[in-house]
Amino acid sequence: MLEVPTVTSLERAERPVAWAEPPGPIRFLIDTGTIARSELRKVARDPVEVLTRAAQPILWLLVFGQVLSSIRAIPTGSLSYLDFLAPGVLAQSALFSAIFYGIAVIWERDLGIVQKLLVSPASRSALVSGKALAGGLRSIVQALIVTIVAAVIGIHLRADLLSIIGVIAIVILGSALFATFSLNIACLVRSRERFMGIGQLMTMPLFFASSAIYPVALMPDWLKVVASLNPLTYMVDALRSLMIVGGVSEHGLATDFGVLSITFIVMIAIAARLYSRLAA
Amino acid sequence: MIAGPAVQTLDLTRRFGDVVAVDGLNLTVDDEVFGLLGPNGAGKTTTIKMLITLLPPTSGDARVAGFDIAQEAGLVRRRIGYVPQLLSADGALTGRENLELSAALYHLPRTVRSARIDEALRFMELDSVADRIVRTYSGGMIRRLELAQAMLHEPAALFLDEPTVGLDPTGRDAVWARIRELRERDGTTILLTTHHMDEADALCDRVAIMHRGVVAAIGTPSELKAAIAPEATLDDVFRRATGTDIDAGGTYRDVARTRRTASRLG
Repeated sequence: MLEVPTVTSLERAERPVAWAEPPGPIRFLIDTGTIARSELRKVARDPVEVLTRAAQPILWLLVFGQVLSSIRAIPTGSLSYLDFLAPGVLAQSALFSAIFYGIAVIWERDLGIVQKLLVSPASRSALVSGKALAGGLRSIVQALIVTIVAAVIGIHLRADLLSIIGVIAIVILGSALFATFSLNIACLVRSRERFMGIGQLMTMPLFFASSAIYPVALMPDWLKVVASLNPLTYMVDALRSLMIVGGVSEHGLATDFGVLSITFIVMIAIAARLYSRLAA
Repeated sequence: MIAGPAVQTLDLTRRFGDVVAVDGLNLTVDDEVFGLLGPNGAGKTTTIKMLITLLPPTSGDARVAGFDIAQEAGLVRRRIGYVPQLLSADGALTGRENLELSAALYHLPRTVRSARIDEALRFMELDSVADRIVRTYSGGMIRRLELAQAMLHEPAALFLDEPTVGLDPTGRDAVWARIRELRERDGTTILLTTHHMDEADALCDRVAIMHRGVVAAIGTPSELKAAIAPEATLDDVFRRATGTDIDAGGTYRDVARTRRTASRLG
């Protein structure tokens, strides 16, 4: 048998690269855009999932909304129940589709796609930001479908440009937030079976402990506390004032945007740390 | 080329709980095709994962392309290419789109990007299927696409984890031919792991046989064979070095992973 040679010290012999890297912050933006574009290419090619996810909110509006509206069981102030419900259903559709985003990430891990991304020079924060951005932009399609249905059934929608931009911004921000939340859970559980269980477990409490389908004022005190900690409450609150004629924000738009933005940034910071767990 | 090795490790060690997966590895790899052989669970994949910065070592050091894998991971990543054992091309994108993604992540200058991608597609004989969805590719085509992705940014070292797992002989031959040509064309240092002694014999300038986290034998294939007997094969060298009995080698997880990869590629 041949002898195994021993190394006693490491030589520093840096290999040059053939071209320069853009500076850090620009690189972050470029890499985020690269990941988001690649994700959206896939959605554009196979839009079935995005389109089918729009079916559920339509049922909420057409069935649940129409019935509850006719029995007048829920006091919603000056708004009709359907007007009250529409922003909640829009937020819900964003939540329900974003919360399962992690499944795709676990799938990419079971293949070797995540490993290859992690070996690339892109920073972890750029990789997860790109995923989040794609998760946010993806939801615009559903938002559009829900809005069209809402307009058709006579919900009083605001039509001015500023409101529309505001609605789109909130939908993107909220969806990106829940997509990143989902990504974090995926990084922790790392298996599809466990993820499905947890995903199911998370969605209903997030939905019911928010002002999506009834006003917070109707809730028992303990649930009010939960609702005030739930990002979905702020998303619905902002949408209600931006989308509906006569809709009023309870917390104020600045608070809504602030809470959603800060939660999003915290989620991204956590995701940037957890993402490399997927390669282990 | 620059003096100094592409890959060098010093007492590189990784533990998982009580298990020592890689135990004080000292290895220098440069300007060659180097094969890491060994039974499942010998520490090959763990070694590669540390070298490509996906797994921090428990102790010891390593430099890849001259940079420290723990302290300068970003600089290392910029200079290496990696093809995982698992399937890493995105099946929902076309071959060209996969390459565009890699080119963008490594910030290839826009002026050379599309020319470089076309060249890589031609080199890997994928130009006629470049705009097809990768899900429709054969296993050998996917592996060649992954090699093209890993080479696009001219890495100083290329890491291939079981490059021909799950391929039929035709696919395997095509991948071998590309690896040889890459080595000849770019002079890239290539470090690969394999289970197949014929693959090591056909491709590698030197091999190391790992067993329980340490290098049990190292040298050129012919040196290793000659050290045992005039007519010895690498299989004999492997058996001698690892003393593997029939029921050793690999956990449930290793087997599941290999079979999953094989079924996806096949």
